[in-house]
Amino acid sequence: MGLGSLQHDGFMTTRLDKVINWARKNSLWPMPMGISCCAIEMMATAGPRFDISRFGSEVMRFTPRQCDVMIVAGTVTYKMAKVVRKIYDQMPEPKWVISMGACASSGGMFRSYPVVQGIDLFMPVDVFVAGCPPRPENLLRALLELQKKIEKERTIGKLVHGERIHIPETGATEGASTSA
Amino acid sequence: MNQEIIQRLKAQFPDSIEESDEFRDDLTLRVKTEDIVKVCNFLKNDHELAFDMIVDLCGVDMYRPEGRFEVVYNLYSLKKKKYLRLKILVDEDNPIVDTVSVVWSGANWHERETYDMYGIKFKGHPDLRRMYMPEDFEYFPLRKDFPLMGIPDSLPLPRK
Ligand code: SF4
Repeated sequence: MGLGSLQHDGFMTTRLDKVINWARKNSLWPMPMGISCCAIEMMATAGPRFDISRFGSEVMRFTPRQCDVMIVAGTVTYKMAKVVRKIYDQMPEPKWVISMGACASSGGMFRSYPVVQGIDLFMPVDVFVAGCPPRPENLLRALLELQKKIEKERTIGKLVHGERIHIPETGATEGASTSA
Repeated sequence: MNQEIIQRLKAQFPDSIEESDEFRDDLTLRVKTEDIVKVCNFLKNDHELAFDMIVDLCGVDMYRPEGRFEVVYNLYSLKKKKYLRLKILVDEDNPIVDTVSVVWSGANWHERETYDMYGIKFKGHPDLRRMYMPEDFEYFPLRKDFPLMGIPDSLPLPRK
């Protein structure tokens, strides 16, 4: 979908899925779940040298309610797993997960009793990133892979058929802002 | 200096010091388990020695029939610029020792850690909860008979 056709006719035809996915994939707001050393490389990715904003993902939000993609960067212990899962559950749909580094993906070098041997044991993961720690380029690559994946998703079809969209049974409208 | 510490302690508590060992000028004393608080109190409040800081307190699992566990106290005297190590033996069947958190409040979290990892209980501790592991965890991971990968299903994961 290029903007070229707009210049001549003033309109273009495409699928609604495509437009929505195009918008979504270029504005992924990350949830920086930085829980150990990998987080330093994640910060480097956000810094000026590697500049994740080239790909539309510079808006790191520290509240899960404003995020699209959770970057789990670090060693997840069993005690922390509950917290990671809770924050993931608080993110609104649609949401994706990048598992960054050997620890998050497989337990890494911590093959012992307190460390979860891969976060896919308790939450869905879209992209795994290898490395200990992965270089920032590698995280950017994961982001690009995720964008490719989002491009192929069915968005409207899901809405129509009620797939994946999760509507809470109660309290959906409670607490909506009633500020003066 | 080491001889002075031993002499002052022996003068005060003739039976409490069971063994002493010196390695590269570092002194290690084995103290009678029941007397640890008494000895620590003296070491801290004595004007000459003034061991006013507890650097570390930890457990050791020697995995032997008698006196399976050890508790090790690393003390430092800011006045004398001197380290001192105390050790006590703890039985497996009755792993209870008196707390020294009444002497140095800095021992509070170290004792909680030792309890968490070895199951050694500290009598009189103000808040003996687990330090690292979840509070409903039933095992003591640094004991030598605890498997490296843990006990299956003892740490539940969130539902996928
Ligand atoms: S993968 Fe390596 S760098 Fe990343 S959290 Fe684990 S140990 Fe740290």
